Amino acid sequence: MAGISLSNVIKHYVTGKQSVQVIHGISAEIADGEFVVIVGPSGCGKSTLLRMVAGLEEISEGEIAIGARVVNDLEPAERDIAMVFQNYALYPHMSVFDNMAYGLKIRKLPADEIRARVDKAAAILELSPLLDRKPRQLSGGQRQRVAMGRAIVRQPQVFLFDEPLSNLDAKLRAQTRLEIQKLHRELGITSLFVTHDQVEAMTLAQRMIVMNAGVMEQFGTPEEVYRTPASTFVASFIGSPPMNLLRQAPGGRAGEILGVRPEHLDAADTGWKLQVETVELLGAERLVYGRLGTEPVIVRLDANRPAPAPGDTFTVAPRADNLHRFDADSGKRIED
Amino acid sequence: MLAHAILILGVAMVAFPLLLAVIASTQSSQDIITARPLSLLPGTQFLDTYRVALFGGETQAGSRLPPALPMMGVSLISALVIALGKIAISLLSAFAIVYFRFPLRNFVFWMIFVTLMLPVEVRIGPTYEVVADLKMLNTYAGLTVPLIASATATFLFRQFFLTVPDELVEAARMDGAGPMRFFFDVLLPLSATSIAALFVIQFIYGWNQYLWPLLVTTNEDMYPIVLGIKRLISGESYTEWNVLMATAVLALLPPAAVVLLMQKWFVKGLVDTEK
Repeated sequence: MAGISLSNVIKHYVTGKQSVQVIHGISAEIADGEFVVIVGPSGCGKSTLLRMVAGLEEISEGEIAIGARVVNDLEPAERDIAMVFQNYALYPHMSVFDNMAYGLKIRKLPADEIRARVDKAAAILELSPLLDRKPRQLSGGQRQRVAMGRAIVRQPQVFLFDEPLSNLDAKLRAQTRLEIQKLHRELGITSLFVTHDQVEAMTLAQRMIVMNAGVMEQFGTPEEVYRTPASTFVASFIGSPPMNLLRQAPGGRAGEILGVRPEHLDAADTGWKLQVETVELLGAERLVYGRLGTEPVIVRLDANRPAPAPGDTFTVAPRADNLHRFDADSGKRIED
Repeated sequence: MLAHAILILGVAMVAFPLLLAVIASTQSSQDIITARPLSLLPGTQFLDTYRVALFGGETQAGSRLPPALPMMGVSLISALVIALGKIAISLLSAFAIVYFRFPLRNFVFWMIFVTLMLPVEVRIGPTYEVVADLKMLNTYAGLTVPLIASATATFLFRQFFLTVPDELVEAARMDGAGPMRFFFDVLLPLSATSIAALFVIQFIYGWNQYLWPLLVTTNEDMYPIVLGIKRLISGESYTEWNVLMATAVLALLPPAAVVLLMQKWFVKGLVDTEK
């Protein structure tokens, strides 16, 4: 068992004479047994960061340590890690059993030990009846489980997941999410999980790293990230619909952006007067899209409440203890 | 309807000469020479003709003919060595070009590609010189080695390797497989259908070689069967057409067998890739 320590990790690609920096110095300490999710929009460098931990990308500057060992110059196979790929990357010509056993065979484990480990992993993942099948005879969800099984049998220090759920349909994704959580509870192996889906991030993470444009915007528990977003980027990326960010709100100060989540605006007699543009019913709740002056505002209402109609003026009041303030230039949070 | 007619006509045009060869090989040589036009009914000399063609011997007309069997052996060995050699060397060079970063990688690839424009017939003079200087005339090495390098096969495998997902390579790295291990455990099994398709094509290519063996073999023991057919025509006495036809039919059997036996793999290798 081991934690992961990133210190000032930098990645730049050199193409010809030009050097493009994609990761701008990330430092983070991930505790032993922790489940950390790296989340961010596409192109933010989250997969690159994971691949540097895996050893599939070279580390340009800085240091990555797994346990007490600096792994910068170690081959992926020597890092004592296992990775689940987005497209599963199963060997198409090998049976499920061989797919899981391949890494162990290369490490020259005795055959009965391999058998025992694969059987155990297959039992956990309910793959036992499928061990003789080829990957193409499996459904997407089953392939995904084989990919996880291949990681489990290696009994690594660290699991790395590279968007493993993005090829599954919505229902299966929710189910697999629960399975991964259960697996982590049972095995307690340090896990690093990359996703662009904030729901996955919020539900799976013990702590999450929010990344944007190669920079770590915030590193905290899902609750911290939701309650006290460190920047306007985090505020608008986590939460759906995103936080309203207002430059000219009543009560806001110059040079500051006022943030308030749609669920923290209540219908009131006095307060902000919105011009309602659209109203959407989502079942249990209703989203009201309006404008405060020129700035767009979204309000989330209980569906049982009377709804305003487009064109109405709708008065809402923000809950005072749920207001966030950010610096207008840097986008950073201003603590009260 | 018209499409069918055209197809049937096409099949007939290909099949009729073949049928004629088979029929002629069952008749006696007198029948073939005297009958105008050639009778399309099978004759009675089937066993005799094929015995003479295979094992050699004296014909009814009294000329001595060399046996085809050893020549077929020469052809079989050369064709197998050429086909397997081409596949082995192309697999390895494509592997190097796709998976390793070495200086001048692109240049090397284009060098290989450019040799597509240099088939044996174009470089036949210098190649003969080299083979002769290396004392490889009248040897299997001389018959096969100059034909083994193959830009076509290298290119085909390169294209196939490029379609293998990068994640598979990375998964193998995570599993601790070194480059050659990856090559043998993952790449080779995945290429099985392409290898089969290439084997069929290259086996036939090797079997049908005429010009090159004509140059590098002067010893009768090293003549391949295709040369043997030609020699039957230019025999000193008049041509034994029945034996000639029988030899031609015999020469046709091994490539036909390869195609028939590997048909399923061959088609699969050309049309779909299993990934």
